[in-house]
Amino acid sequence: METDLHDLTAAYALDALSPEEAREYEAHLARCERCRAELASFSEAAGALAYATEGPAPPPELRARILQQAQRERPNVAPLRPRWVAPVAAVAAVAACVAVGLGIWAATLSNKLDRRTKELGREEKVAAILAAPSSRSISFGRGVLVVTKSGEAALVVNHLRQPAQGKTYEAWISSGGAPKPAGTFGGGKVVTVPLEGSVRPGASVLVTVERSGGVDAPTQKPFLSVQS
Amino acid sequence: MREYPAMPRSFAHLSDEALVALVARSDQEALAELYDRFGRVAYGLALRVLRDEKLAEDAVQEGFLAAWRNAERYMPERAKAGTWLLTLVHRRAVDLVRREESRRAEPLPESAEPAPQDSAEDDAWLRFERERVQAALRKLPDQQREALELAYYGGFTQSELAERLGQPVGTIKSRMFAGLARLRELLAEPNGESTWKPTFTT
Repeated sequence: METDLHDLTAAYALDALSPEEAREYEAHLARCERCRAELASFSEAAGALAYATEGPAPPPELRARILQQAQRERPNVAPLRPRWVAPVAAVAAVAACVAVGLGIWAATLSNKLDRRTKELGREEKVAAILAAPSSRSISFGRGVLVVTKSGEAALVVNHLRQPAQGKTYEAWISSGGAPKPAGTFGGGKVVTVPLEGSVRPGASVLVTVERSGGVDAPTQKPFLSVQS
Repeated sequence: MREYPAMPRSFAHLSDEALVALVARSDQEALAELYDRFGRVAYGLALRVLRDEKLAEDAVQEGFLAAWRNAERYMPERAKAGTWLLTLVHRRAVDLVRREESRRAEPLPESAEPAPQDSAEDDAWLRFERERVQAALRKLPDQQREALELAYYGGFTQSELAERLGQPVGTIKSRMFAGLARLRELLAEPNGESTWKPTFTT
């Protein structure tokens, strides 16, 4: 029986099971690591089939209708606001609950999940800064520096190659005196960095290459410098 | 009534997964951005399955609202956010088509709708992705392709397919399994930019 259920992974990924079969398979999934792994990759392949379809664009009202209905269901929605500490904890808490609740992912995936959670927290923080109504953006050649009225800031840099082994990028905030460390980060297609410390009007944000882990004072000439 | 203009660039740098995390926190603008990224594909898919614009809109709406309600249960390790969203829409479409038995005609020929007006860069990417997946589908053995298409676009269950094609369920199961496994391989081949990456290693 259990062996038969393994074979249902493709059908499940294609939504080709009857409701009863699907329930049975889901119960099996909770016990079968192999199927969970297989389902993850089969689902991506099945999802790709969605892209093979051709057709007209959806009517423009559909977007508004979905958003209105969403608002009706959860009306107390606050607009994006700066959230400095909560997001990481909140996402982690949800992730942890789900992991414990399902009793599935905790052991094998917690490392991956932690890393992902950290990334999500970071992105959320940046989202909050980008969306704050009082934010100003200062564009430079490869990206943009966004600063809220209270000095919270995020740096977005495009196409930043990964630093060499044992190296990291480090951001600095300089308000006339010695530059203060504002966080380390790696490369990527689009790198978003919530800066630690506040950026006052007129202050500069610098980026240098430093040894992994970061240093207390820049040892290199900044390859990027943006004045706010 | 609140207006939802096309998003300024503020969310453009966020990953799909980060947007789902924001949706879990009841952020409507993140939902709007997800719709802008996936609404078109979702609608194309729903229309292909349902062949009725009204029903396709319903499936897309219900799928996105399911995402809105359940975003906190989304597990980044389990599926990419886009896949997760499209799965939600596909499920609604399949539920609807199974209810509307009479509508389920032969699912194979491409929808007869006029080719979409490609206007933006995003559409270029969509077109690229469409051609890539269609090319991969064409490389599958006929019986496997038929099983995948009838199941995914036709909304048939494996038992219905077995009956329709006059084959044992076991045969249908094997065709779907082999077809999807082969499709996965073909899509992973590095000709051009591959968007599929394994999220798991066993």
